[in-house]
Parts: sequence; structure tokens; C-alpha cells
Amino acid sequence: MRKKIVATTSLAGCFGCHMSILDIDLRLVDLIELVEFNRSPITDIKKISKRCDIGLIEGGICNDENYHVLKEFRENCEVLVSVGECAIMGGLPALRNNIPIRECFEEAYRNVPTSKSGGGIIPNDDELPIILDRVYPCHELVKIDYFLPGCPPRADLIWETLLALVTSGAELPYELVKYD
Amino acid sequence: MAKVAGDDAVKAETASILAGYPADRSELINILWELQDRFHHIPKAAIPLAAQKMGISQVDVMETITFYHFFTTAHTGEYTVYLNNSITSRMAGFQKIRDAFEKEAGCSFGETDKDGRIGLFETSCIGMCDQEPSALINGMPFGSLTPFSVERLVKGMREGKSVLELMGVGQDLSSDPHKLARFIAPPNIRRKGPVLLGVGYNMGESIRSALKHKPGEIIDLIKNSNLRGMGGAGFPTALKWQFCASAKGDEKYIVCNADEGEPGTFKDRVLLTEWPARVFEGMAAAAYAVGARQGYLYLRAEYRYLTPHLQRTLDELRKENLLGNSILGKSGFDFDISIRLGAGAYVCGEESALLESLEGKRGEPRNRPPFPVVVGFRGKPTVVNNVETFSLVAQIIKYGGTWFNTLGTAKSVGTKILSVSGDCGRPGVYEVEWGRKVEDLLKMFDAGNAKALQIGGPSGKTISARETARKVCFEDLATGGSMIVFGQERSMPDVAQNFIDFFAEESCGACVPCRAGNPILSDLLKTIREGRGLPEHIDQMVEWANMIKASSRCGLGQSSPNSILTSIEKFKDEYMDRIKKERGALIYDFDIKAAMKESCEVTGRTPSSH
Ligand SMILES: Cc1cc2nc3c(=O)[nH]c(=O)nc-3n(C[C@H](O)[C@H](O)[C@H](O)COP(=O)(O)O)c2cc1C
Ligand code: SF4
Ligand code: SF4
Repeated sequence: MRKKIVATTSLAGCFGCHMSILDIDLRLVDLIELVEFNRSPITDIKKISKRCDIGLIEGGICNDENYHVLKEFRENCEVLVSVGECAIMGGLPALRNNIPIRECFEEAYRNVPTSKSGGGIIPNDDELPIILDRVYPCHELVKIDYFLPGCPPRADLIWETLLALVTSGAELPYELVKYD
Repeated sequence: MAKVAGDDAVKAETASILAGYPADRSELINILWELQDRFHHIPKAAIPLAAQKMGISQVDVMETITFYHFFTTAHTGEYTVYLNNSITSRMAGFQKIRDAFEKEAGCSFGETDKDGRIGLFETSCIGMCDQEPSALINGMPFGSLTPFSVERLVKGMREGKSVLELMGVGQDLSSDPHKLARFIAPPNIRRKGPVLLGVGYNMGESIRSALKHKPGEIIDLIKNSNLRGMGGAGFPTALKWQFCASAKGDEKYIVCNADEGEPGTFKDRVLLTEWPARVFEGMAAAAYAVGARQGYLYLRAEYRYLTPHLQRTLDELRKENLLGNSILGKSGFDFDISIRLGAGAYVCGEESALLESLEGKRGEPRNRPPFPVVVGFRGKPTVVNNVETFSLVAQIIKYGGTWFNTLGTAKSVGTKILSVSGDCGRPGVYEVEWGRKVEDLLKMFDAGNAKALQIGGPSGKTISARETARKVCFEDLATGGSMIVFGQERSMPDVAQNFIDFFAEESCGACVPCRAGNPILSDLLKTIREGRGLPEHIDQMVEWANMIKASSRCGLGQSSPNSILTSIEKFKDEYMDRIKKERGALIYDFDIKAAMKESCEVTGRTPSSH
């Protein structure tokens, strides 16, 4: 059987979700038997280089670069999964959604206690991604097939989900997807 | 800037307002109204005084203030305009009127002009659907607005005219509250019926007839008439009274529900304008039957202009000893009625929320059971009935139940008053026998071009005008009376959007399915209407709608998705037409340039570089 190809990325997230992926621990060794990683912080591949079966997205969309990466994933992955609160709802970064951007920038770069008072500039280098008007959850911009809730989702949930997707059709145990 | 009273002045005036009231929290809303009228907001400095007087905390006062739409903590202008944004207003040219107000007043909706003279705000249906577009100006309804009349009104405000002057009311009118009420909101009776709208009324006849019977016999009489509640739910009235009569309680109360908040309904307005004494007689009969000594008319704030008329009617009834102690000489039959105001909250029409509001609290529905007939106002057994129900009670007692029983269908006896609005030649109120066919009704309303009908308001059902054989009665199309006609050119998804936004706004927020679910429905619908939707979004709406219906606590949430569900069912094509036709299926439309615009402005960058 051909190994399934997995890509992962962290957009407007804190990498906590990726830490949770690593948290599957020794099962990583089993995973490597089942899948091949393509673009991912784990492999440090910067662009998806071939068609993938599964894409895992951490974080929402807060800037134009996030958006382009999300599109790249959607165009190249059969199945796309929103992993964690930030990807699903915007999460903590989305707290800024009700605040005008100018205010956010002023607060973050100029009025912050560590900035010289009245000094500092709002970063405007062309190398930097451009911040969007608000933080978007992934499913508002592209079709998302599955959602893994949690902040971050537990390693067991990630593991079982990958297993289910890889062995196609296996059901997730009830205990795993019951939240209360 | 508006002249805002200083703290000391506020305190002095608040104290003198409070001096006119007993230390009774159920008066809180009336008091807050006086403050709001006087200061055009509720000043901070007034709150501790009100709290002290009522013996409650300041937070208690604050939570009541913040619950109601018409109470504000910011100044709303010496002339406060509340323009109706419900669907009937939109169909009649809301946007033009809104633009005209903004242009003339020189400020946007949601704020006041720079000298605090004129404040512009939106509100939901004000019970004038037969005369749209309409607005409340300092509590007075102004119907059939045109850009021209708006220009004239704003000019009058600048000249400092009184609201009655703005309306063009002369001296002779303002001295007769009934005539004045009719002038302000013409009754528009289009069809007189045999029970309510087309019969004579002599004050006292119902109470006199009632007193010929024992209290228990009154309940039997109502039972034999098979009368059902007219507020929407159709609960058998006699059964309700029986529960209350047999419930234990040293005090019992009769409450008349005149909240009439369902968009598209205005029949209670007409009944209260034309025959208020009949409503009060019906309440007195209920009091006699269940053994209550106090009654309340809970009047929606939008009908506050009726208070002088209603107060005068109560005075007349008292003078005739039809209210008060030992009514008509019957010792032990003491009953009186007070008017209590709402302050702009649709959910307060729900009977348990109404009771909370009557107690001066936030209008959050209670858990039921226990039902109000057992635990009602101040924890005592309470009968809550609609204005029309009490009017019918008065007629049934006068003419007997058997007569009433011969009208209508098997399960819906008598007649029903319909409030008709929208795309038809003859908007207004109609008294029709229960069981009339849609076909007849459309002819009656002169609605030849109708595509759809909304039965029972936004919480009711959308039906196609082609369903001509369907009947208005509890067996088929139940209704509290709201009938909105939509012509061929109307977009049903747009209509549904107006309805769901209304519920999202009016949800009391106590339970999650309703508080969070209605905005989700609104967002999904918006996605579809803006052409960004997928077919599965329609399925998602249906799924959410059923979830909200099944798991909300009160009737608001349980019925809020009805119009979306029936609209999708009957007019699926119109939803599918809005679904994006050709798409890269997986990647949705998203205007990244627009999303970058704001931050580029702040940083001085150009989105094109990315
Ligand atoms: C959200 C909501 C709003 C309501 N609004 C009204 C109203 O404005 N007027 C009314 O009479 N009943 C209204 N009702 C129904 C009342 O709860 C109650 O059933 C009715 O007043 C009982 O009187 P009836 O038996 O005479 O109809 C509403 C119910 C709900 C759930
Ligand atoms: S969901 Fe939680 S762990 Fe994952 S990226 Fe967001 S904040 Fe971090
Ligand atoms: S259903 Fe809506 S209005 Fe009713 S209690 Fe729940 S939140 Fe409040």
C-alpha cells in the first residue's frame, strides 16, 4: 500500500497544536511507518512538492501569507483538517477582531511599555505579511473537511484521527470525541 | 452640546419623581420611563436613589435598565426618533426615509446630532404595519412617512415644536383622548365581524351579566364556548382559569397581555383604541371567576400614547362602580386595574417574561413549570390572557357561549381578528370566522399579486400564495393574527433575513441555542444571499434551525427558526438561485485586497505588492 502523504502548517497559531502532534510520542515511530510527511515544520519542507492526502492546519488566517498557504493546502490536499481552536474559531488572535487595526498597531508597537514613549514605528517593511482586517477561521475561506476541537486537541485525538484517515473509514471511539 | 443636567439637579428631580411612587419594585419600569423622558437617558446619578427607594442594589437597577431597548445610559436627543426597521417598513420604503432623516438631521443612525437635539435610532415593529414606514418620535407613532414629511418634521424639531404640534394636532383633539388616539393611529378597520369589530358596546353589560352567575358558572360558560387564547398559542381559556381558581394563594392576579410585539400585529392596538372598556370588563369577569383583586394591563412601550385614553376609561369604570370595591354592590367582589409599561423587548410578550418585567426585572422567561396560573406575579396564581381574548370573554358572557360556538371550525370557534399588511391593496384589521381559506383571504385583502404569505408573524409560517385551499385555524394555519403579504417581486431569502435578524436581536440571551444559534442562522443566510454560499449551507441552516427549536428554553427560541424552515421548504429555488454557480468548489470567494485595505492604510503599504 502506498504511504499516505501528510502536510501540516501553523498559521495564526501558537505552535501548541504542533506540540500536541509531537505529543503522540513513541507512536511517532508507528506513524512514520504509515505516512510520509511533506510540507511541515517537522520536515522543514517549505512548499508542498506533491499531491497530499491529508493536510493539518493549525491557526486561523490573520495575514495575507496565511491565506496563500491555506490556499496552497486546499489546492494540494485531498482532505483538510482544522486542528485546534484557532483554526476552527480564530482563537485568541481573534480577540482583536473588534478593535480597529490602527489601535492594535499603536498599542503593540508604540504605546507598549517596552517602547520608548512616543518612539518606535509601526513595522512597514515589504517583506512582512500584511495583516488582514480580522482573523478568519479557516472554514470561512476554504472548505474544511474535519474539525479537531481543543486548545490544543489532545495527542490521543490527533493520533486516532490520523489513524482513522490513513486506514480510511475507521470510526473514532466515542470516548475520544465526547466533550463535556 | 445638549444641555445635560448636573448631578445635583438630577438628584433633586429624581427624588421628586420617586416621591410619587410606593417602594415597590414593580413600579421600577414606570419610574425609569419618567427618568428617560425627562433626561432623554437614565443619568448615573439617579440610579443610587432609585435603588435605595426600591430597597434593591444599584446593579439590580442597572440590569433592568440595560435589558430594555428604550432605556439608555447615553443621551438620545431631545427628540428621539425610533424608525421601524421591520419587513413591512422595508417594503414600504424604509431606506428612503432613513436616508432622509440622516440628511435632514445631519447625523447618522445610532447617534444624535451635534447639539443633542435630534437622535436617530432603529427599532423593530411598532404596531403600525398598516401605515408604514413609521417611526416613534418621543414615544408618539408617526405613520406613512415620506421624505417630504421627514423634512417637515425635522424642521419642526429644530423650531422646538411639541410632538403634538409636529403631528398637527389641534386644541380640540388634544382634549379628547379617544379622538386623539384615533388621530395618531387610525384604526383602519376593513372588515367588521359579528363578535368584536361589528357590534355595539355598552359599558357595564358584561359585568352585569357576569354577576348573575356564580364564579364557577362563569368558568363553565367560557368552557362551553370553547374559547381559546388569541395571543398565538391557543390554550383553552377556561382551563387556564380553572387552574388558577383552584391554585392555592391568598392573592391572585389577572394580567392582560398587551405587549403585541410580533411584527405584523396591530389588532390589539385597535381593540384598545376603540373598545378599551370591553377589555377591562373581560379582565373583571376573569377576576370574578378566579377570585383576583388586582389586575394589570401590560402595555408595550410603543403604545404608550394610549395611556391617557386607557386611564380615562379606567376612571369611568370606577365611577360606574364597574371597578373598585364591591363592584355593582356585590360584596366581596373587589377588583381594580393598573397600567404597567414595557420598555421595548419582544420577549416580554412571553407570559413568564412579562411577569418578570411586571415585577420590575429583566424580562427573562422563567422555567416552566410551574406555570403562571400556579406561580405567577409575585409568586401568586396569575391568569395571563391576550387583549383579544379578554374582549371575547366580555362578549361571550354577554351573549352566551352557544352562540359563539356556532362560528368557526370544530377546534377553532368564533372569529379571529387579522392584522393585514404588506403587498396588498387593503391593509388593516379584519374580523373573519376561523377556517377561512387562503384563497378568500387574498381576495379580501386585494392581494392579487401575492407570491407568499407570512402567517403568524416571523415566529409563524411562510406559505406560498398558491396554497389557496389552506385554512386559517388551529387545525391548519394557527395564528395570533399577523398576516404579511409578499408580492411576486419580493425576495424570500431577504425576507427571512429580516426575520432572523429580529430574533437574534430580541433573544434575551439566557440560553445558548437561542442566543448563539440565531446569529449563526443569520450569518449562514447572509453568506448565501451574498452569493458566497454552497448548497450544503442550506442543509446546515436546516440542521441548526431544528437544533435551536428543539433545545431553546422559551417560545422565542423554539419558534425563531420557523420562518427560515418554511421559507426554505416553499421557496428553495430562490435560495438555490443565490448559491454560487461556478466555483473552484473548495476555495471560497474572498476579497483579500479588501481585507488588507485597512492595515495598508495604517502602515502606508500597497496591497498590490503581495
Ligand atoms: C416570544 C413570545 C412572544 C409573545 N408575545 C405575545 C404578545 O405580544 N401578546 C400576547 O398576547 N401573547 C404573546 N405571547 C404568548 C403568551 O406567552 C401567552 O401565551 C398569551 O399571552 C396567553 O394569552 P392567551 O391564552 O389569551 O392567548 C408570546 C409568546 C412568546 C413565546
Ligand atoms: S488552538 Fe490553542 S494550542 Fe492550537 S494554536 Fe491555537 S492557542 Fe495554540
Ligand atoms: S429561548 Fe431565547 S428568549 Fe427564550 S429564554 Fe432562551 S435565550 Fe431567552
